[in-house]
Amino acid sequence: MAKNGNNNGKPLKVVGKPFRKVDARAKCTGQTKFADDIVLPRMLFCKILRTHLPHALIKNIDVSKAIALPGVIAVITGKDLPIPYGILPVSQDEHALCIDKVRFIGDPVAAVAAIDEDIAFDAMNLIEVEYEPLNTISSIEEAVIIDEPRIHEYGDEGNIHKKVSLEFGNVEDGFAEADLIREDTFFYEGNTHLPMEQHAAVGNFDPDKKLTLWSSTQTPHYVHRALAKVLELPASHIRVIATPNGGAFGGKSDPFNHEVVVCKLAIITGRPVKVTLTREEVFYCHRGRHPVLMHIKTGVKKDGAITGMHFQSFLDGGAYGSYGVASTFYTGALQTVTYDVPRYKFQGLRAFTNKPPCGPKRGHGTPQPRYALEVQLDKIAEQLKLDPAAMRRANLVKPDTVTANYLRIGSMGLGQCIDKVVAGSDWKNKFSGWDQNNRKLPFGKGIGIACSSYICGAGLPIYWNNMPQSGVQLRLDRQGGVCVMCGSTDIGQGSDSILAYIVAEVLGIDPFDIRVVTADTDLTPVDLGSYSSRVTLMTGNAAIQAAERARELLVMAVAEKLSVPIENIALAERRAFDVENPEVGVSFAEAVVLAESKFGTIGTVGSYSPPRSPGKYKGAGVGPSPAYSYSAAIAEVDVDPDTGIVVVERIWIAHDIGKSINPMLVMGQVEGSVYMGLGEILMEEMAYRANRNVVHKFPSMLEYKSPTTMEMCDVKTYLIEDPDPNGPYGAKEVGQGPLLPVPPAVANAVYDAVGVRIDEVPITPEKVLKALKEKAKGRDGRYGPDTVPSVEWPEPLRVLTPAEGGDGKEMPRVVH
Amino acid sequence: MIKEMVTGKEKAHVKFVLNGEPAEVAFAPHKTLLEVLREDLGLMGTKHGCELGECGTCTVLVNGRSILSCLMLGLDAEGQEVKTIEGMAEGAQLHPLQETFADTGAAQCGYCSPGFLLVAEELLKKNSNPSRDVIREALSGNLCRCTGYIKIYEAVELAAARMRGEEMELPRASIYGCE
Repeated sequence: MAKNGNNNGKPLKVVGKPFRKVDARAKCTGQTKFADDIVLPRMLFCKILRTHLPHALIKNIDVSKAIALPGVIAVITGKDLPIPYGILPVSQDEHALCIDKVRFIGDPVAAVAAIDEDIAFDAMNLIEVEYEPLNTISSIEEAVIIDEPRIHEYGDEGNIHKKVSLEFGNVEDGFAEADLIREDTFFYEGNTHLPMEQHAAVGNFDPDKKLTLWSSTQTPHYVHRALAKVLELPASHIRVIATPNGGAFGGKSDPFNHEVVVCKLAIITGRPVKVTLTREEVFYCHRGRHPVLMHIKTGVKKDGAITGMHFQSFLDGGAYGSYGVASTFYTGALQTVTYDVPRYKFQGLRAFTNKPPCGPKRGHGTPQPRYALEVQLDKIAEQLKLDPAAMRRANLVKPDTVTANYLRIGSMGLGQCIDKVVAGSDWKNKFSGWDQNNRKLPFGKGIGIACSSYICGAGLPIYWNNMPQSGVQLRLDRQGGVCVMCGSTDIGQGSDSILAYIVAEVLGIDPFDIRVVTADTDLTPVDLGSYSSRVTLMTGNAAIQAAERARELLVMAVAEKLSVPIENIALAERRAFDVENPEVGVSFAEAVVLAESKFGTIGTVGSYSPPRSPGKYKGAGVGPSPAYSYSAAIAEVDVDPDTGIVVVERIWIAHDIGKSINPMLVMGQVEGSVYMGLGEILMEEMAYRANRNVVHKFPSMLEYKSPTTMEMCDVKTYLIEDPDPNGPYGAKEVGQGPLLPVPPAVANAVYDAVGVRIDEVPITPEKVLKALKEKAKGRDGRYGPDTVPSVEWPEPLRVLTPAEGGDGKEMPRVVH
Repeated sequence: MIKEMVTGKEKAHVKFVLNGEPAEVAFAPHKTLLEVLREDLGLMGTKHGCELGECGTCTVLVNGRSILSCLMLGLDAEGQEVKTIEGMAEGAQLHPLQETFADTGAAQCGYCSPGFLLVAEELLKKNSNPSRDVIREALSGNLCRCTGYIKIYEAVELAAARMRGEEMELPRASIYGCE
């Protein structure tokens, strides 16, 4: 049987073709049912009171006026939901409604269910909360030095949530071998997902005491677990249905307070309860990109080969844990999978602050270090007088190797990616060559390159278990119907369609013959969710397995009927036939009838577990993946030296996709990633003001700037197909990776254009102007942070690299 | 004041033409057209992203002109012709824009698509052969977080060509990437 669907050399009929998405018509006719489109009889409406204080003790909550309001059916507070939850087992630090303390402006304290939304809103405003304000922690720098008051009673120390320190090989030996050592400091401002759909959820507790939640979530399985815990119901009595997400980008992958609240209110009232967040509330939900301050020290040989790297990151986590521990490790994990880094040291720190919690946004924890690394490499190339594209090309990590931090590289198409964008952009005739006196483009115009890599699915699940990460169930019926069921959640990326394409390919039918049922914990086998770019690879492999098993049953039954050897039976064009006499065969529906007659009801399953990672040290759980995708980008910019305004004119991007299951959808993901990266580098920021910098500056779409059609640049995309043995048909991820090279490529292009380094994201006109003014005064033409907080790091956990004969485990600590 | 609302402050009664058919609806007079369409008429195809006139997601056509339904009172629909995404197809026959949005993957999550489709329909009524820059400007009031807008431009260009009676397919580079 074909492993990962290599199809034994037969031409592919569906995979690789630009089919429509299976849900395309519904989406273009307004018929897709998003969470807020659900209306149930006798449904109540919920509003959640959120605190206006950034840090305070709750002394008293009086809901009497709210409950007395006609039309109000129920009011609940934190006392009704005392059990904490959180996405990571190590960070169970959230309550659906705060009990004794609020930690950021927007933290929920009480909830109302009423017969309409207006009454719920009025009732919410009648709730009286008595607070005792506490001092706030507003930044990484403050969190590091101010221990009291603690935002949380757990964490490594004071207001430091997590500190990690890892060393692979001896990084000082690496620096000793270097011809050049550079140290740089960068800051990447936080930003948010801004999905067009505001989060919404409907809870319903039916008369048989079964709970159903419909929610715009990327992770129904994890929400299911959190609900069972907080509501103290058997998980088997809870059904979570993820509605199609109207955009998510990581922002709908935590279990949320509003999901718990509508379930609790549904249980209390016996009626369906809906909540739809306002845009302002979505800003407070956040879980977006962590602001990260970074220090990077890199040693290189004269040819740019890296001899050692020491990376430090400081994350402003906001008020709760969320995915933060994983985010912290991710800021240090993937530096090694792009260029060869023989010795590597990582120190990371996540701070709690009184701001909306940060979490995973597209690229989870990796755009920030990627920015630092790629801009620093540009500076190194200048110092070494090397072409930055050629220098990168010469020092790539090799395919089928294991990195210093024990990440197993499979296929690796970055070299081809660089070649494509260099040729496509006419790089050689545009790049200044570090010589401002012999520029090829006029002053103000510039070009810059950056590369990146991303995981195709996290190697480990969020909670420890030995079960598959993805399951697919297939049901074939005697009418020839095929239903594919999978827990995966379509957030717009097309994961429902991927299932149909793959099953159609294996069974020789049309993808639109297939019914796809997904993201329903009652009906579909578990898939862990739409995060970490895992869905195509993991559900795709599970779907291949389920479909191959069904195919086997069909083939056996048809072979018997036609009296030909099993290996002669092919499934294609909605038929099962003898390859030697193609006219001898049966229709697909008849094949199912034959199989059902022979074997009974036809249902098969498939599942996928990622390969085990060679890393065994504490912290090795973040970074491993079945495969890594690669991207290279070149940006061409026009910088106005009088205004500081940066216009990105065009981006050439090449992405190593392994194999496109549907190239049209791959193109859409690349273009969407470029767009989101462009927003991050040019304008998007979760900025705070007033009250010691903890009040969100602009929780609205008007003032939180994101690119419109007028700011979006032209994009030239190249797809590199270098199939990976672990991917379905060789496919790798595309949803997140292509965002990563965009911010540093633009920053490097700005330098090429006007000779100033903006070492802080976003690159706003103010920063460009300040740097230009500094440069005009003969000083360093740079804008960005100079220092990082002084921190006592724990003794690093030391791991011998594979090259040093290491076994992936940490070395015993030396007791002094 | 609250009591008044619950005990039934008088509702507004409004008649208008909705997707070519007569509509008559009663609702609390402060409601926006967006709320009336979704909550009182059950037409969920019109979406909301901000309810403050910032994102374009709630766009509908009133007398053929695109407007933000979150900024228009339902009361002001009296006697007007309102077209929502539900009225864009001719029966089961999709509008050419709907076909090309589906074909090109211009609808990823699909949440902003109704708004983009209606603005594009308005544009193509006025200009059967708009340049990329004209399309870009016409769509500049609508935010999309998924596509980077490029597949949307391509869908509009493809639909415009087909509506002009020209045979046109997407360039190979738009589907498979550049060579």
